[in-house]
Amino acid sequence: MSDTHQQSIGYVRDSMLPQATPPASETGAVKWVRQNLFLNIPNSILTLVAIFVLYKLLAGFLPWFLNGVWDAPSIRACREVLDGDAGGCFAVLTERWNQLLFGFKYPSELYWRPTLAFVLLFVAIAPVLFRKVFPAQMLIFTALYPFIAYFLIWGGSILIPIFALLGFVAGYLVYSRFVTQSFAMGFFGGIVAAFVFWWITGLLPIEGILALEPVASRDMGGFMLNLILGTVCVSLSIPFGIALALGRQSDMPIIKWICVVFIEFIRGVPLITLLFVANVVLAYFLPPGTNFDLILRVIIMITMFASAYIAEVIRGGLAALPRGQYEGAESLGLDYAQSMRLIILPQALKISIPGIVNVAVGLFKDTTLVSVISMFDLVGMIRGPILASTEWNGVYWELLGFAALLFFVVCYGISQYSQWLERQLQTDHR
Amino acid sequence: MKKTAIFGALTVAGLAAGAAGAATLDDVKARGVLNCGVTTGLVGFAAPDANGEWNGFDVGVCRAVAAAVLGDPTAVEFVPTTGKTRFTALSSGEIDLLARNTTWTFSRDVDLKFEFVGVNYYDGQGFMVPKALGVSSAKELSGATVCIQTGTTTELNLADYFRKNNMDYQPVPIETNAEAQQQYLAGACDVYTTDASGLAATRAAFENPGDHVVLPEIISKEPLGPLVRHGDNDWGDIARWTLNALIAAEEYGITSANAEEMAQGTDSPEINRILGTEGNLGEMLGLDADWAKRAILAGGNYGELFEKNIGENTPIGLSRGLNAQWTDGGLLYSPPFR
Repeated sequence: MSDTHQQSIGYVRDSMLPQATPPASETGAVKWVRQNLFLNIPNSILTLVAIFVLYKLLAGFLPWFLNGVWDAPSIRACREVLDGDAGGCFAVLTERWNQLLFGFKYPSELYWRPTLAFVLLFVAIAPVLFRKVFPAQMLIFTALYPFIAYFLIWGGSILIPIFALLGFVAGYLVYSRFVTQSFAMGFFGGIVAAFVFWWITGLLPIEGILALEPVASRDMGGFMLNLILGTVCVSLSIPFGIALALGRQSDMPIIKWICVVFIEFIRGVPLITLLFVANVVLAYFLPPGTNFDLILRVIIMITMFASAYIAEVIRGGLAALPRGQYEGAESLGLDYAQSMRLIILPQALKISIPGIVNVAVGLFKDTTLVSVISMFDLVGMIRGPILASTEWNGVYWELLGFAALLFFVVCYGISQYSQWLERQLQTDHR
Repeated sequence: MKKTAIFGALTVAGLAAGAAGAATLDDVKARGVLNCGVTTGLVGFAAPDANGEWNGFDVGVCRAVAAAVLGDPTAVEFVPTTGKTRFTALSSGEIDLLARNTTWTFSRDVDLKFEFVGVNYYDGQGFMVPKALGVSSAKELSGATVCIQTGTTTELNLADYFRKNNMDYQPVPIETNAEAQQQYLAGACDVYTTDASGLAATRAAFENPGDHVVLPEIISKEPLGPLVRHGDNDWGDIARWTLNALIAAEEYGITSANAEEMAQGTDSPEINRILGTEGNLGEMLGLDADWAKRAILAGGNYGELFEKNIGENTPIGLSRGLNAQWTDGGLLYSPPFR
């Protein structure tokens, strides 16, 4: 016994012990390490193995990365600089970055145009993605964005996107005029009005009025092409997917069977086949000399493909809703459109978010398949022109790693957003 | 439904080929641009450089034809095609000429209804082995593991060759040349086999090319040449004789450097006929008298094109071999310009 207790009776302690610090093994980093890494023998073995593997990976990767050559005219020059040391030849990225991002035929003095369109994309989708943060007026810009982006990327007369926009306006005016009489009349009347408008304006000589230098579709490439295809096809396929999902649940047999056949056919065919159809077979059906834009053909095919999948995801969401929701909507006296818009779809879409995001991410990565039909997207650029140049033949890891990095950034961003959105829409009580 | 679509496609294809084949020369002249099908990228044969300009041995043929027909070697729209899309691109009329290291075979010529206008590169299947293996002939390869691209004629040629020589081998199937390169370097196979030009290009990309040898045996014939559609013989003649002009130019010593000078007139009537100072060969083709001179000035004669793109001073380092002039023991033999 120490002298702390010299006045105490032997068996009763009446003075407090001073607070001691916890033993070193029960606090801070040491405790964390013990608890998480070396709790018991199997755990410790796994930890040691993991550390060893990590070490091996980093010992290989870090010298390769840090020792990399960023400035050399060819792979042989890279090897001379490295002189047998481990090291990546990143010079290919510094020399060909523009081709990787924009393709090899997009005029280099016009790079600002797709770049601007890319920046504006964020402005346009911000109010859609974060509805509570941004004012609703920004949605007007979102609606105008496709036309602005088309004008920036493809160039040509500004009247082309303006007429395209006015066609939609004309269609909408006709629709709102007739929709009070009957939905079908308004719907089809609107479509006809828009097409008539486009047909008439298509006859006008608008070549070169307020024009940016035009760039042909054939000249698009690189990561820009992946982004164009991904953004356009995802945003188009969601409304189509909703329509198909509702159509498949419809009571009207013709609509139902059209939707069923479409969905089942598209889902039964690999995307690559559809792309070959777009590229090869359509060329036979069109009269010689017509040049039906290849990107447009590919967009149509990928959109069809994605909408079939999204339709099935949304149908899952619709099926997951309890029957009571449908009956509740009916009992409130809502008609079909109202009940779908106000009661059913908001809930069904919420359930479907993970599935839709899954399709979107998969679709974005699938856009690299267009390299098989000789379009020079990011992977097409790498596999074709860059690896086939005498300067860079043999550089694989650096190029494909760069492609993987770009895709990872985009796909990880999408999936993070979807998780955030799920938490936002979380309305059940836990 | 699918069958109807296929029949429909075939019918339309036939019609399209007939219609488009009527006067390709007029179409090209009206368009002002030659649509030339090339690969999406093959080292030395066709690839765009850092500025997006196409370069290469096959590209040289496209430029020569454009120069002969349109007077401008840059008036070419290069249409990149893959092995799968090249033939439809040609038969649907999307391109006027396909210069895409395509092997001239019976069925492509006859059944697919194309017309090969000549051979611009005589290739053949070869073997590459590491020097450390100490092999000097393909006959010593019995029991070897061989990296081989699946679904190609090289696969069949390999089987034939080993059976004929009563040897056995272990195939390592791979999908692309890039994959083959990695597998071979990693030692997954002792031997890599593909076309000899491809072997040379692959070897050139290695860190230590000197550690690997290409064996002397060539076990198949792969004559690569440009082709056009059946049905427009005038256009086929233009492509054929442009190629022949490049070959003959080398034989007679016409280069891009001295073509202008020789076009003033020489003592050799054959050179004069090629360069258009004698006779009316250009007129017979529906072109002007200078057509061949422009084709030669576009990128040089055959030998110059070869040296610049795939020859021994390039990283690919192919020797002329079979592709030498017949006077030097090769197979290049242009019919006379008369």
